[in-house]
Amino acid sequence: MISLSMTQIWVHDQDVAKDFYTTKLGWEVRQDSSFAELGGFRFLTVGPPAQPNISVALLVIPPPPIFPEEDGAALKALVAKGRASSLFLSSDDIQADFEALKARGIEFYEEPTEYPYGTDSGFHDPSGNAIRLAQVKPEFSSSRQAISV
Amino acid sequence: MAYPEPERHLLRARDLADTRYAAPIDVTDMAAAAGLSRAHFTRSFTDAFGESPGAYLLTRRLERATALLRNTDYSVTQVCFEVGLSSVGSFTTSFKRIYGQTPTQYRAAYPPAATWAIVPSCLVQEHARRQNRTIREDSPASAG
Repeated sequence: MISLSMTQIWVHDQDVAKDFYTTKLGWEVRQDSSFAELGGFRFLTVGPPAQPNISVALLVIPPPPIFPEEDGAALKALVAKGRASSLFLSSDDIQADFEALKARGIEFYEEPTEYPYGTDSGFHDPSGNAIRLAQVKPEFSSSRQAISV
Repeated sequence: MAYPEPERHLLRARDLADTRYAAPIDVTDMAAAAGLSRAHFTRSFTDAFGESPGAYLLTRRLERATALLRNTDYSVTQVCFEVGLSSVGSFTTSFKRIYGQTPTQYRAAYPPAATWAIVPSCLVQEHARRQNRTIREDSPASAG
């Protein structure tokens, strides 16, 4: 059996991202290690407390020669424009979570809105990554259903 | 501390369009959200996203209108007002130019998306929005 253990997003500043994902989003730090032998590479991962087996790595776009200057610049711009990646989060009480996140300073670009599958909302992290937060109706909550139309 | 790329400020302006499309906001409000002058903002936004802020705001409103047409029984007039537009005539003209059908024809042609697939709303919003490259940024009409 193969399961998902970690995914990764690019951030413009790991300290800012760490503060956002822990202090504001309420996640926990899983690993925060810097390696002198790797040119100071910092491996920072966070995750939701209720899901200890799933982590999100918050990495900065590496400088040349790891990433060519042009690629790094293009990727940074894409992240800032919200085009690089998305996280899809679920909530069992979206209104309460929305109020709590808003009180911590998170600005939603879509406040909780009713859709046929449940209530959905969205915001961006400080770097520009899109984060969706939804409370999905029970009848739609299982993704173990292949849908093809 | 590293500062975010300049585009992050432009994303803030785009977020304003996505959040407040139902209110009578315009490009000047979007420029203020980005902290830029209107002229500089319009150029920067167009460079970053490949379409002008006025076009983005209009097409976001029209995309939201398509969702209301598919998922509610609101009248066309109600849909027009719900997405922040005040002229039903302009709404219908813009809608037909971009979607190739009047709002009424569109509603009749599409079954509610939710009846055939479960797709997160953000993806529906992204893909249901159409390009509009004919709007003039500096004309007063772009505000609507």
